[in-house]
Amino acid sequence: MKDVLLKKELFDGFVEALMNSYKVAAPTRRGDKSFAFDFITNPSEVCLDHIPTILPPKKYFLPQHETLLEYDTTEGQNMQAFVEIEPMVILGVHSCDIAGIQCLNHVFMDRPKDYHYQARHDKILLIGYECLRKCDQYASCGLMQTHTPTGGYDIFMTDMGDHYYFSINTFAGKGMVQLFEGFEPADTVAEKTLKKLRSDKKKLFKNETDVSLAEIPSIFEWGFDSHVWDRTAEKCLSCGNCTNVCPTCYCFDVNDEPELNLAKGRRVRVWDSCQNETFAIIAGGENFRPKRAQRTRHRFFRKFKYPVMRYGKFFCTGCGRCSRQCMASINLKETISNLKRSWGEI
Amino acid sequence: MRIPLKKSGYEIIKAEVVKITPMTATEKLYEIRLKNGENLDHDPGQFVEVSIFGAGEAPISVCSSPTNQDTFELCIRKVGRMTSVLHNLKVGDEIGIRGPFGVGFPVNLLKGRDMIFIAGGLGIAPLRSLINYVLDERRDFGKVDILLGCKTPDKMLFGSEVAVWAERMDVNFCCTVDKSDPEWKGNVGLITTLIPGVNFNPDNTFAVVCGPPEMYIYVIQELLKKGMPESRIYVSLERHMKCGMGRCGHCQIHQYYCCMDGPVFPYDKVKDLEGAI
Ligand SMILES: Cc1cc2nc3c(=O)[nH]c(=O)nc-3n(C[C@H](O)[C@H](O)[C@H](O)COP(=O)(O)OP(=O)(O)OC[C@H]3O[C@@H](n4cnc5c(N)ncnc54)[C@H](O)[C@@H]3O)c2cc1C
Ligand code: SF4
Ligand code: SF4
Ligand code: FES
Repeated sequence: MKDVLLKKELFDGFVEALMNSYKVAAPTRRGDKSFAFDFITNPSEVCLDHIPTILPPKKYFLPQHETLLEYDTTEGQNMQAFVEIEPMVILGVHSCDIAGIQCLNHVFMDRPKDYHYQARHDKILLIGYECLRKCDQYASCGLMQTHTPTGGYDIFMTDMGDHYYFSINTFAGKGMVQLFEGFEPADTVAEKTLKKLRSDKKKLFKNETDVSLAEIPSIFEWGFDSHVWDRTAEKCLSCGNCTNVCPTCYCFDVNDEPELNLAKGRRVRVWDSCQNETFAIIAGGENFRPKRAQRTRHRFFRKFKYPVMRYGKFFCTGCGRCSRQCMASINLKETISNLKRSWGEI
Repeated sequence: MRIPLKKSGYEIIKAEVVKITPMTATEKLYEIRLKNGENLDHDPGQFVEVSIFGAGEAPISVCSSPTNQDTFELCIRKVGRMTSVLHNLKVGDEIGIRGPFGVGFPVNLLKGRDMIFIAGGLGIAPLRSLINYVLDERRDFGKVDILLGCKTPDKMLFGSEVAVWAERMDVNFCCTVDKSDPEWKGNVGLITTLIPGVNFNPDNTFAVVCGPPEMYIYVIQELLKKGMPESRIYVSLERHMKCGMGRCGHCQIHQYYCCMDGPVFPYDKVKDLEGAI
């Protein structure tokens, strides 16, 4: 599909055009260095230049609290499963967060499919936004190679000075562009500029660690018994912040929420965390990950080993949220680095 | 916009409780019939999620053989909130069923082989589906040994059925209790003490093990001592489960989801995974 250009002064007009047809969510400012995806009511709220938002856009695909079905037991076990969603656009998604959504797509849309997720996914359009510099010291998109998009979006925007370059990836993306008059076709000069910008980015987004992506599988092959897990867990509070903010964490609990009359209610799923002590307890009282170190390790293995075996990819996007949010200052980059260095130590 | 879903995976199938048989102070046996007119169509060793709206869901092994097509059975121990609600059910009550879920026992692989069943406590529930399958198709299988263990004689499950197994000429049956009472005439001691007494041909025998978490390793060690290959010991593992579809994460054992990749595993597949056995 032919890419297009948009003059910066016309951008707000495009956002307004989107808002006429869709609910539009975008990064908005919450504090000095704090941003959150939220539905906007005015284009001026959009904050394209943001560091990773507090919660990733997964909250639109897998809401923190989601009704799976409504039940009514007045005359037996009656129920109706459904999804409540409006067609929406998420604007300004960093490539690392798009990578996170691609991970979730694997989990929820491989068979057996999760049709609640699928229904949301089908109603959400994604407009990505290119990072031209590293967010902060927590990010490891250089290591994880997620600073440049590899599909998964409808449109991807790149800042080119006085205008934005729109890479169009899907028919839905083309449809969004057609909602607004102000676009011009991208000429060969613009295409070349984009190419150059992307290759220059490689120098800017260097590996942030002394570990290479290629050696991660072997580190996690022998790293299970490393002392690093005990050392790391000594600080951990098992609060579960790291899993809540992670774009590729998707563990959940399923609960019933009865209405006051008790006959009717909802079965809901809510985010859960493998860091909670009770997460893996069974009826006899046996807990399969009673120690904090086991749970800390489990989180890392769910990023760097198990999904590689199951889905053929790492489930870390290098967004840095887990390290940014951790009250105990547990840092993902340092932990992997320490793990590598712990080879041979007892 | 409200989009109705028909097969999201969370819909229940309505089912009716057709019979309730109290077994011990804490366990009851439920016979269930799906109301959509279909058979459950399960493999021995698979489980279902039993649902009662307002109370929640619980994963429960199907303890009847698929050869009994019209209805299926669940043996439920009262341990907490949801299972207490289940224990208050009456004949004719409606419940919800999701499933069957997971990988059961590889019955076609087992055909023509000798079988050793080793069940501790409530572990008899998933094994009973396979034991009765084997007994229903008895000529498809070789020698059958059944080893049962439970804490005390009054905790014995499926008492009358077990008595029939004990009488059968084509089944070697052995039973033990951890602690006896005055009327008990059988063995006393852990289930592991029964294994040395079993004669089996390690080249043609499959062992199937299910019991409380702490039981597995000791039983498996005894079997290995007698030359049983690791790949022919099957275990059925219990984990905390919510979704049954490999997503919620509660049942995860390293790279495996117990609800989808299990609950039945060959021992060699999980033996090196810390915490699995
Ligand atoms: C594959 C499988 C097969 C099972 N088969 C049987 C069976 O045939 N008969 C039987 O009586 N029980 C069986 N169980 C155990 C049964 O699912 C639990 O006893 C039941 O879910 C407890 O629910 P509750 O609300 O009564 O307990 P709660 O009040 O919720 O809690 C009591 C204890 O049970 C644990 N627990 C709660 N929910 C679950 C859950 N979903 N999965 C595992 N543990 C949980 C809690 O952590 C707690 O330690 C099986 C479990 C699994 C995973
Ligand atoms: S955010 Fe930090 S303290 Fe909290 S569970 Fe995660 S690693 Fe532990
Ligand atoms: S593990 Fe940390 S850095 Fe990796 S995707 Fe999750 S929150 Fe981001
Ligand atoms: S029960 Fe949810 S992943 Fe297994």
